[in-house]
Amino acid sequence: MSNLLLFPILIPLIVATILMLFPNKIKMQRLIALLGTIATLAASFFLIYKVFNDGIQVVTLGSWPAPFGISMVSDLLSGLLVATASLIVLFVVLYSFPTIGIKREQSYYYPAVLFLMAGVNGAFTTGDIFNLFVFVEVLLMASYMLISHGGERSQLRESIKYLLVNIISSALFVAAVALLYSVTGTLNMADLAVKIPQIENTAILTVIAVLFLVVFGFKAAIFPLYFWLPGSYHAPPMPILALFGALLTKVGVYAIMRTYTLFFTMNIGFTHELLAIIAILTILAGCVGALAYFDVKKIIIYNIIIAVGVILFGVSQMNEAGITGSILYLIHDMMIKAALFFLVGIVAVIFGTSNLRQMGGLIKTYPLLGWTYLVAAFGLAGIPPLSGFPGKLLVVQGGFEGPHFWGSIVILATSLIVLLSAVRIFIYAFWGEPVETRPLKKSAYRAMLIPSIILVAITVFFGVGAELFMPFVSDAAEVMLNPSLYIEAVFKE
Amino acid sequence: MEIIMSVVIGLLFMAAVYLMLSKSLIRIIIGTGLLSHGAHLLLLTMGGLGGNAPPVVADGVAVSDYADPLPQALILTAIVISFAVTSFFLVVAYRAYQELGTDNMELMKGTEDHE
Repeated sequence: MSNLLLFPILIPLIVATILMLFPNKIKMQRLIALLGTIATLAASFFLIYKVFNDGIQVVTLGSWPAPFGISMVSDLLSGLLVATASLIVLFVVLYSFPTIGIKREQSYYYPAVLFLMAGVNGAFTTGDIFNLFVFVEVLLMASYMLISHGGERSQLRESIKYLLVNIISSALFVAAVALLYSVTGTLNMADLAVKIPQIENTAILTVIAVLFLVVFGFKAAIFPLYFWLPGSYHAPPMPILALFGALLTKVGVYAIMRTYTLFFTMNIGFTHELLAIIAILTILAGCVGALAYFDVKKIIIYNIIIAVGVILFGVSQMNEAGITGSILYLIHDMMIKAALFFLVGIVAVIFGTSNLRQMGGLIKTYPLLGWTYLVAAFGLAGIPPLSGFPGKLLVVQGGFEGPHFWGSIVILATSLIVLLSAVRIFIYAFWGEPVETRPLKKSAYRAMLIPSIILVAITVFFGVGAELFMPFVSDAAEVMLNPSLYIEAVFKE
Repeated sequence: MEIIMSVVIGLLFMAAVYLMLSKSLIRIIIGTGLLSHGAHLLLLTMGGLGGNAPPVVADGVAVSDYADPLPQALILTAIVISFAVTSFFLVVAYRAYQELGTDNMELMKGTEDHE
């Protein structure tokens, strides 16, 4: 089936459309949403298997020859990301059942989640720069709806800021596409990768590359452009926050990875140096925030920013270790952020607040939650057998092999701050004097805890069994380092 | 012609930035409208303004006379997207005005701790 790579986009799209027909039948909504996400996950795993065995999968829609139609390209990087995103949406849907509340479920919550999934999977799969813009708008539109969903005061206040920032970055995206089109005359990514090296005037291309960095940097929350993220992500309820934290910034990161390895390689001395410096500043800015707050949500939110910096630093090195490491770390980070938000969400529900100073002594009453959180926190910091370790190790190695050894030192040093910020939640919430907690039904607690534990278990497996995943990841890195593989696959059709 | 268009687009971007930096929410939304106009005109200009015939196949028109159809399709897509986003933004602004009782962005700051 040559259309296989469209399934992870089409299934959620169709399921979401069906779900819009009967908003009040909650049981049906839950069941169909769950089946839809499971089907998407199965399709994406089959897609990885197919790409791994048969090489890069390409569909040019409508059977037009390559640069004229819209190409959908699935190499191992996008395949892995689609699978990870589908996995996370599945767990978010499971976690939503006990937490999101019936009123929200009746107001098109699941359709919005599935439209977001379609947008994310589409953005990971597309091979056309304007089509990327459209898929980004699809997922942003769903995220606008989710961030204001429920209409609480704080949500309305923050969604205005979120909307404004994303409208500006979308307008800049259109402007950047316009400039790129006027220079190259094409929008297909593979065709761009062919045409850009033939253009002698690299100055204008460098300007466009930096403009794209600004556009995707707004989405990915890199250093001077991350200011919108902490406030906006603080407002929505926990499952939506987990969805945003795990997926939305990673689309920006993926777009930077794709454009900066596939076609903006004409002036690496400037663009990738800039990317490395910005990545390090992003890490430092995130560390300041992660230490400054006594709010469990804010601490994890600033850890998103740190992880974005680590991944982009790996990409900026343009060597095998750096890129392999950043792909591993990207997949790890998507899963661990969702798991941490799930666990922190349970803690916040039990105490009825997200303020660390009003917490304490949870380990006696909820030991399983405590130890699961500790494992996830160690995974986040990259303690050796866990999932954060292999990715960060390779990113650091890439930095030492590349020109930016000081960046690797910063990453190693800030790992301690990441560990401190995550363990501080453990110390304050789980140790110390027990404080009064809110009564929580056993069944609701179990319904929240089980998806979180399974997700943490998957991250542990991802860390311990990193050898198992390495062939996939190193194949993905090979395509990124050799754009000719990508170009040949697209034009072969 | 492209020079004149570039200057006009620059003015639109300038007005948009000025409006989006103001306090009142409705001025900000007008600013986003101007910003998307600027982006769409930029797309049209950057496609090249050569070719006077509309991009519809007709007898007796040389290929070089057609206007480039691709930017027009892109603009059409971008217009409906920005239209949808703007209408959503306007409704959120209306709801926020009802709930928060202000349209002044200066008064819309703070976190859960000090609402």
